Amino acid sequence: MWMKNSSKNFLYFSSSRRVAGDTIFKIVSAIFASSVLLFIGLMIYELFKGSWLSIQTFGFLGFVLGTEWDPVAQVFGALPLIFGTIVVSLIAITIAVPISLGIALALSEYAPKRFGFATSFLVELLAAVPSVIYGLWGIFVLIPFLRDHVYTKIQALFGFLPIFSGYIYGGGVLTASIVLAIMIIPIVSAVMRELFSQVPSSQREAIIALGATKWESAKLVVSYARSGVIGAVILGLGRAIGETMAVTMVIGNKFKLFPSSLFDAWYTMPAIIANELLEATYDLYVSALIHVALVLLLIALAVNVLSRLIVWRALRLVRGVARE
Amino acid sequence: MKVVYVAIAILVTVALLGCVQQSEEKTQTTPTPARAISLNGAGATFPFPLIDKWAAEYYKLKPNVKVNYQSIGSGGGIRQHIAKTVDFAASDAPLTDEQFRDAPNTLHVPFTIGGVVPIYNLPGIQKGLRFTGEILADIYLGKIKKWNDPRIVAINPNVELPDKEIIVVHRSDGSGTTFVWTNYLSRVSKEWSEKVGMGTSVNWPVGIGGKGNEGVTALVMQTPYSIGYVEFTYAKKNNLPYGYVQNAAGEFVEPSIESFAKAAEYAALTLPKGNESWSKVSIIDSIVNNRDAKGAYPITSFSYFLIYRELNVVPGMDEGKARSLAEFLWWVIHDGQSYAPGLYYVPIPQNVVTLNEETLKMLTYNGKPLLK
Repeated sequence: MWMKNSSKNFLYFSSSRRVAGDTIFKIVSAIFASSVLLFIGLMIYELFKGSWLSIQTFGFLGFVLGTEWDPVAQVFGALPLIFGTIVVSLIAITIAVPISLGIALALSEYAPKRFGFATSFLVELLAAVPSVIYGLWGIFVLIPFLRDHVYTKIQALFGFLPIFSGYIYGGGVLTASIVLAIMIIPIVSAVMRELFSQVPSSQREAIIALGATKWESAKLVVSYARSGVIGAVILGLGRAIGETMAVTMVIGNKFKLFPSSLFDAWYTMPAIIANELLEATYDLYVSALIHVALVLLLIALAVNVLSRLIVWRALRLVRGVARE
Repeated sequence: MKVVYVAIAILVTVALLGCVQQSEEKTQTTPTPARAISLNGAGATFPFPLIDKWAAEYYKLKPNVKVNYQSIGSGGGIRQHIAKTVDFAASDAPLTDEQFRDAPNTLHVPFTIGGVVPIYNLPGIQKGLRFTGEILADIYLGKIKKWNDPRIVAINPNVELPDKEIIVVHRSDGSGTTFVWTNYLSRVSKEWSEKVGMGTSVNWPVGIGGKGNEGVTALVMQTPYSIGYVEFTYAKKNNLPYGYVQNAAGEFVEPSIESFAKAAEYAALTLPKGNESWSKVSIIDSIVNNRDAKGAYPITSFSYFLIYRELNVVPGMDEGKARSLAEFLWWVIHDGQSYAPGLYYVPIPQNVVTLNEETLKMLTYNGKPLLK
């Protein structure tokens, strides 16, 4: 209610007393706000323009469904990259979600306030580490460790499964997913923590009064914020899809439709752009890479819009209940 | 109050005197006050450390000339050259015929030489494993799968080669290094040239990709029984075990500053004039079948400066700047070459210097020659 009143007051003042500053401020902030839309529009326009040659040559869909990438023969198709991006991101989110859920629950339900504050600060600090640092850490620390101590053991136990067979390079699909998971944990856990802290304490108090344990109350909190949690997951997915440098450094950069196992090398859309744009030597080549960027933007946009919608709806639902 | 005024007056006077003194000092250190000139270049990453060194040394010599070089990659350098947004560009590959049409009157000035070497990770085996072009091509085609393949064993009789799968590593980013490497493989293997071809990036039949020289190195060093390829300077600085490659004369040549220079020397016998098209120039192509090319390492290439013959076509250029650019390039191909070996770069041989002298003398501004 308070929000509505204040906006009415604002209008009232600006129209009756004709305060010039107010009007100017309103216009300026409106311009700034709409500039975001302008930038997105420009971006899409530029990407379309840049990829026009490629769209003409291969067709938008022909490019999306193409499975060959040969700069020498001037043939380009993005399907393996799209698969690579989506699958690696999905594995990453599968790893990241349970961990994020644990972090968020610990911080909002269990941890004493001061400890919770320090921990959430540290977790969010992870988000500030530059992606190239994750990549280097992946190459020099994670890859040797995973290859010698984890992957070989997994293969010894489950090697009969096709996804754990084949040569272990160290880098590859699983390693890239693990690095990505670590990179998206901060955002996913932060959103989840925010959601859980929005759950009214009356709910917790009520269920504990009924004799529930802390664990049961935590389960209630999660189910209360269910759709928001899904939104947080998709938000993390959106992050993962666009991540470039760290993935490029550990995934092995192999262009193929399907890797032979989780240990095999693969490729993603952002990685190929980062790798090849600088030395793309002819127009169609550049255009094809911009075409990849366009597809990537559309996918990322769809994922982000979806996640915003879900989170927004969830927050409104939780807050609405809280007020009643 | 008076005291305050007096204090301020004294302070101001002292400050003014200080300024005057300072400016006097400045004018004294540069007796002929020259206009500050900045020369902007962009392009290949491979020669960046060398160009950076030149810029620093030239600045000591001529404090009014500042050379800025952005290492954005050969492709980017060529695009900026065609768009005329830089004063000079550097590239590991000459302009193609098409690019040469887009940037007419471009002069090519080869200013240093690079070599690409195979590196490998074989526990217990140091540098000096022998390769032939066909073997390298077949490894990268996935046809030779094991280190103890009879063909590798045959030319390495004194090495105990393991019965292990060869893990192939290549560059994942587009690069001049890949261009040189695939240029070589295309010339020594018919199958490679038909199936894969040459370019700054290609559709690799086998192997995994590392980003940059450092990415390939990291992958090779951490993956036992792997093979990769990097710039010689990189292998040398990081002390990586590198292989020897057989040339047309039948020798297994150790990559070194001398063997690269030798290769360039043979290739220089057939170079075009600086103002002609260089699209067909390749040290690899000219020595790959030359049985007389003794001591020449076969996987060798030039790095080029690309400049417009008539410099008034570059926006922001004036006669003074054009003259400075010409003088800088002249210095680079003469005195500047002495800084190359210290950074593991190869100085250009005398016959290339002579060719470059002719090329640089073609430079004009509004039709006026810039060098005599």
